[in-house]
Amino acid sequence: MSFFNVFDISASAMRAESVRMNVTASNMANADSVVSSAGDAYRARQPVFQAVLDSAFTGEFGQSGRPQVGGVEVAGVVESQAPLRREYRPASPHADDEGYVFLPNVNVVEEMANMIAASRNYQSNVEVFNASKQMVQQTLNLGQ
Amino acid sequence: MKIAFSPANRQGTPYMAPNFDNVFGIHETALRYRGARASVLAANIANAETPGYRARDLRFDDVMRSVKAGSGASNAAAAANAGATLNAHAAYPGHLNMQGGFSLTALAHYREPLQASLDQNTVDAAAESARFAENAMRYQASLRFLNGRISGLIKALKGE
Repeated sequence: MSFFNVFDISASAMRAESVRMNVTASNMANADSVVSSAGDAYRARQPVFQAVLDSAFTGEFGQSGRPQVGGVEVAGVVESQAPLRREYRPASPHADDEGYVFLPNVNVVEEMANMIAASRNYQSNVEVFNASKQMVQQTLNLGQ
Repeated sequence: MKIAFSPANRQGTPYMAPNFDNVFGIHETALRYRGARASVLAANIANAETPGYRARDLRFDDVMRSVKAGSGASNAAAAANAGATLNAHAAYPGHLNMQGGFSLTALAHYREPLQASLDQNTVDAAAESARFAENAMRYQASLRFLNGRISGLIKALKGE
């Protein structure tokens, strides 16, 4: 049944956006976790989104060579390769022999922008979900 | 002058008995189109931030053309074997016979992006939301028409 795809599609987007929110929250929470070696440092993470086109949603659109509809999924979470911050903090218990600590490569401003984008996208998918729910409910009440 | 209502007198005039297969007319096809378009637009909104995703849509004129082409073929076939079967729709080649409907597989197309983006995503979230809302309104309009048909029929059947 094609119409109920809408719910799966919106739900997949809500799931993906909430993963993005979680990752952003984790980045922000760890923005100041200091460690003594570069290997242990927290690195900013980013989810990678990918369209789901071939499995559950193809339905009526499944013919090859034609655009198909589908939801979105998180293909994976990648770590940022930006250089870590190194600061002189001899008082810190994590300071190395020279008195330096390593700080994560999290850019808080970038994360804030990311968080707002994720929450807005989540909202618009919730609206799509609600509008579709209304459409289905009215269809079920047809003729009453 | 008295007119006798024998079947012979009805020759050449369309037989107007309600055909319950055709009660809903084009609105059933319209609902299916609107429902399918809702999932296409929902997929665009869901993939608003997916790198490389290309926005899709189902154009109304494509679907309309396909419905017309399909009905032309089925009307010709129906007219060929119409004979004694009283098929009002087959009697008029201009009538659209919506029984065949349309196939969505062949109709989805990629949208032309208004503005290029670095990650090659062509979804304009605001425009897609607007289209989704418009599509939902039109879906409800079709539902309203269907409800009118149904209540009319119920009134006729009850004879109140």
